[in-house]
Formats: sequence, C-alpha cells, structure tokens
Amino acid sequence: MNYHWNWRIFWEPAPNGTGNYLDMLLSGLVLTIETAICAWIIALAFGAVVGVMRTLPSKTASSVGFAYVEFFRNMPLLVQLFIWFFVLPELLPHGSGLWLKQIPNAPFYTAAIGIGLFMSARVAEQTRAGINSLPRGQKLAATALGLTTAQAYRYVLLPMAFRIIMPPLTSEFLSTIKNTSVAITIGLIELTGEARAMQEFSFQVFEAFTGATVLYLLINVVVVIAMRFLERALAVPGYIGGK
Amino acid sequence: MIEISHVDKWYGAFQALKDCTTSVAKGEVVVVCGPSGSGKSTLIKCVNALEPFQNGQIVVDGIKLNDPKTDLPKLRARVGMVFQHFELFPHLKIIENLCLAQEKVLGRSHAEAVAKGSKLLDRVGLKDHARKYPAELSGGQQQRVAIARALAMDPIAMLFDEPTSALDPEMISEVLDVMVDLAREGMTMMVVTHEMGFASKVAHRVIFMDQGEIVEDALKTDFFGSPRSDRAQKFLSKILSH
Amino acid sequence: MFASFDFDVIRRSFGYLFLDGMTFTLTLTGLAALGGLIFGTLIALMRLSGFKLLGRIAGLYVDLMRSLPLVLVIFWFYFLVPYIGQWVTGSSRPIQVGAFTSSLVTFIMFEAAYFSEIMRAGIQSISKGQPAAAQALGLTYRQTMRYVVLPQAFRNMLPVLLTQTIVLFQDTSLVYVLSIPDFLGAASKVAQRDGRLVEMYLFAAAVYFIISCLASFGVRRLQARIAFVH
Repeated sequence: MNYHWNWRIFWEPAPNGTGNYLDMLLSGLVLTIETAICAWIIALAFGAVVGVMRTLPSKTASSVGFAYVEFFRNMPLLVQLFIWFFVLPELLPHGSGLWLKQIPNAPFYTAAIGIGLFMSARVAEQTRAGINSLPRGQKLAATALGLTTAQAYRYVLLPMAFRIIMPPLTSEFLSTIKNTSVAITIGLIELTGEARAMQEFSFQVFEAFTGATVLYLLINVVVVIAMRFLERALAVPGYIGGK
Repeated sequence: MIEISHVDKWYGAFQALKDCTTSVAKGEVVVVCGPSGSGKSTLIKCVNALEPFQNGQIVVDGIKLNDPKTDLPKLRARVGMVFQHFELFPHLKIIENLCLAQEKVLGRSHAEAVAKGSKLLDRVGLKDHARKYPAELSGGQQQRVAIARALAMDPIAMLFDEPTSALDPEMISEVLDVMVDLAREGMTMMVVTHEMGFASKVAHRVIFMDQGEIVEDALKTDFFGSPRSDRAQKFLSKILSH
Repeated sequence: MFASFDFDVIRRSFGYLFLDGMTFTLTLTGLAALGGLIFGTLIALMRLSGFKLLGRIAGLYVDLMRSLPLVLVIFWFYFLVPYIGQWVTGSSRPIQVGAFTSSLVTFIMFEAAYFSEIMRAGIQSISKGQPAAAQALGLTYRQTMRYVVLPQAFRNMLPVLLTQTIVLFQDTSLVYVLSIPDFLGAASKVAQRDGRLVEMYLFAAAVYFIISCLASFGVRRLQARIAFVH
C-alpha cells in the first residue's frame, strides 16, 4: 500500500490558526455533543407528549399522535434538514423569512431542532411501548384513587414506563449523537465535518478519519456507562429488571 | 349508599351486564359471587365508574354516575377500591403509595398524609415495612397495603374485586382478617369473592351472578340455607365441596 | 403563498429525477439490502458459532459499525475502497472505482452490521428443539442451518428486515455528501441549477414520504398476516 502514514499530523498546526489538528477534531467533538444534547431535549419533550397522546382513549389524540410519528419517520433526516434550512425561510412572510436567514449559527439551531423533531418520533414510539407494557390495572388503580388522567400519567404511569424503556432510549440517544453528522450538509462543522476538513487540509485521510472514529467510540462508551449508572440509580428494589 | 338500577353494559356485541338492579345500604356488607365471566367484576368496576355502562343508573351517596356534571375523580376518591392484583405503584415506597392520592387528590399536607398512612399501616400490621418497595413484600402483605391505601382516603364505602384470588393459599387469611375487622367496624362493603367462609362470617347479603345477570339477591341465611335457583345451587355445591 | 413558485420545474426534470436519480436510489437500496442480508447472516452465524475468536471479531465489527455515524462510514469507504481494490487486484496503484460501486460497498458493509443483529435475534428466537430434531435426523450443522434454522429465522424476522430496508432506502440519500446523483442528489442539482430550492426539496420530501408510507403500510399488513398464521 503506497499510502504515507503520518500519525504526528495531529500535533501539527492546523491552517485555520486555532491550534493543531487535534484541537480541530476536539472542537468538532464539542459541537457534536452540544448539538446532540439540545436535539435530545427536544426529542424527549416532544416524544413523551406524542407517545402519551397515542395511549389516550381519545380517538383524536391518538390519531394526531399517529400522524405526527408517521410524518417525521417517513422522510430521510437529510431531506428534513433541507426543508427546515432552505425551504422554511422562503415559505414564511418576507420579513420573518429574511430574519430567519440572517440568524447567526443558523446551522446549529436548524440541526438541533431538525434532528430533535426527527428523533422525537422514535422517542414517541418507545414511550408508547413503555406505557402499553404496564399492567392495565395500574391506570385503573390510579383512577380509582381519584387521580385525574394527567395525574395518573405524571405520578404513576410515566415514572414506570420511562424506567422500562431506559435501554432503548440509550440507543436512541446514541442515534441522536450519530445523526448530528448529517448536519454537515447544512454547514455544521461537527466532528465528522472537522475530520473531513482535516483531510482536505492535510491530505492525511486515514489519520483524520481514525481520529474521528476513536472519538465517536469514546462517546459511545461514556454514554453507555453513564446510562448504566442512571439505570442502576433509578432501579426499583425487588422489581424485575431492577435489583 | 349505592343504588344500581337496570344497568346494561356491552363490549361490542357481547352483553356483559343484563338489567342489573341491586343496592348496598350504609354499613351493609354485600358479597357478590358467581362463576368466572359472570360479570361480577364488571359490575363492581361500574360502581366506581372505571367501566362505562350504556343503560341504567348508578347512584353513589346521592350522586348520579352518568351525569356529565359529576366530578368523577372526586367521587372515586370517596369510594375505596381493592384489586385482584393489588396494583400498588412499584416505583413508590409503601408509605409513598399511601400518601400519593392523599396529597394529590385530597390536598393533605405531606406530614398529615404520612401520619395517616403510618397509622393505617400499623393497623394492617405492616408498620415496619413503610420504607420498602412493593416488590419486596409478599402478595398478602401487598394486598394489605392496598387496603390501607384505599382506607387512607377515608372512604364512605369499600369495593373489593376478588382480593384473594391472586394469593397463595397461606396468605389468604391474613387479608381476610383485615376485611373481617373492617366489616365488623361497620364499613359499607361490596366484595366480589369466592371465599364463602368470609361471606358466611360477615356478609349481610349475597348476590349471585351468572352470564351478566343477577340471578339471586338474598339475605345470607337464605342464600346458604336454600338458594332458590338451580344455578346458584350448583355453584354452591361446587365451591363448597372442596 | 405558492403563487411565485414554479412547479413546472418538476415536469421539466422528471426524466432526470426518476430515470437517473430514483433508479440509482432503488438499485442501491435493493442490492445493498441483499448484500447486507447475506453478509449480515454470515456475521450472525460467526457470532453464534462455537469459535470464540471468530465470534469476538464479528462482534467487534458490529459494535464498531453501530457506533459510527453513517456519514463518516461513507467517507471512510470512499477513500478506502480504491486501496482495497489495489490490494485485491495486486495493482501498483489505488484502483479508481465509480461512485455507484463505492456507495454499494459502503452500504453493504454498514447494513450488514444492522441486519446481523436482526438475524441473530431471529436465530435465537427459534426453539432449541428445532436444531436438535434436525440433527437427530442426521442433518449436519450446515444442513441444519441451511434447511431448518435460517428459513424460519428469516421468515420470523421478515417484517423487521423490511422495516430496516425502508430505513436503508431513506439513508441512501446520504450519498449526497459525495455529490452523487441519487434521487435527492438529482433533485438538488436541478434545484441549484434553476434556483428552485423550495419546489424541488418539497417535491423530493413528498416522494420519499409517499414511498416510505406505502412500504411501511405494506409491512404492517404483512405483519398482521404473519401474526394471523401463527
């Protein structure tokens, strides 16, 4: 293989003048994490609401929830980001469209919201599955005590449902982190974007991608360990799967 | 206290309750029995408006259940209910299970709710288990907690939906003892159960249901002495033979 | 609101969008699903085989692929495939491969990791009695897998495999980062050439939406039928 390896490239100064190539990748890592956390907050908030809607007895609520999930699940994330980034400002009245185009950091906000809404459909499906996996008597018992539907969800159903769906939610959070890389198409220079930039400046393709790969693996390990701690902290003593 | 008149209920095309009429007076203990699928659990759930019904009327303490102006959560809070599978909330400690509805529904302070809860736990003999989680208790203990949880709401009546059917035989009596005490104190009770020993000990009346109908509604002595219908006789001979 | 928009641009570029773009997308989806399923099944068999080392290697591969964003994997293979080609053919310099071959290799290798997890679950869902019965009849391990276990695993997992293929269909749009004219790439080229971003992206979104909706509706019906048979 006639490829010239140069692993010291990470400590050579990068042309963008902010330090060496390793700093470049690390700043991408930070942006990846920031974007993913913002998107995850949106995904959890919207996903929980829509997931609950799909379990309500009201036909209207559950079909609105169904439509929401299908809408965000049946278009590629990339296309959704293009719609938010390129199409939405054109569809708004002239003034607000112009304002939207001129927001600084537009790629960051678009990515956080776009990826957040995309993931919220998947969080909604997990939430629904979690609630439906609880015995029907739990809702009845809460109702029989005089709790309103909202109280029954808030104090009885959701606390258990979220404990049950913790493992799938962990992998959805990891998906959120991975999906931030799709935002390089709207100009967000996150970890994959920085690796690509490093490759273009330095011509050391495989070192750049290896660096990014190692950092992604690191994020995965940290998230998995952190979630395992959280699961253990929230486990219900004596309950199956708890301990 | 509880007036049930001409109640019909369908699940789709299947009629679960057929023209059911009966009542429970204040301080009265009524046992509802019958083969499985006879509609007895459905009937008791209707009394708490946990199941909607299509025709007829149920009045609890002067309040009509199917009146749209009725505040159902408020009414349910005044009628205690105990389920076959206990339905304690697994993520809450025993004492928290007793406090949740006291605080959220009745608006009691936390201290007040804890005091009330501890007193009732003591009464069902489980004071030492207040800080445990439901899954750490035996079935019989969980069901006693469930009774205490219902009593914490100061109910005007108690509904029991097969409270001992999911229990191992050796745990049944600890739950029945609590129920017998309650009955002797004059609590208004409607109990779906196969425990005929309990019925003969404390019930005032026995209702026998089959295929969604109230077949027999008699004083305890009459029911056990000479049931009028064949179906009740057959049922009794089956259940008493073992 | 749409008064100033020119939806005629869609009609004008229809042939390019569908005969070139969508054909690329669907061919890539179909071949990648097929290749991913074959490699994925092999990986699953490696993981479930008695050979510790083989299973460990397969497991590491799956974990690695599932930890990386698809966009990074696309970049990796785009630069790696020429070197792999050089190594395989023994040529003196990296082999130039076309956009289609490069993306196909990428998606087969990436999807293999996801398909292997589905097939592994499928194989494990079959009761232990089945391979025991097959071996009692004198079938070899290979024959047991080929004729008894894998067909059942595949049938049980068919709805999940198809759902994953719908995800794959949507994911192929990411070859956009290599400026390859798949359906979205074609739409984007027309959009930029004619300055019709709004029309083209809305149209692309609608096309993806309709195809994915119809496909997942089909999967749901299939699932209901399978559930009915069991």
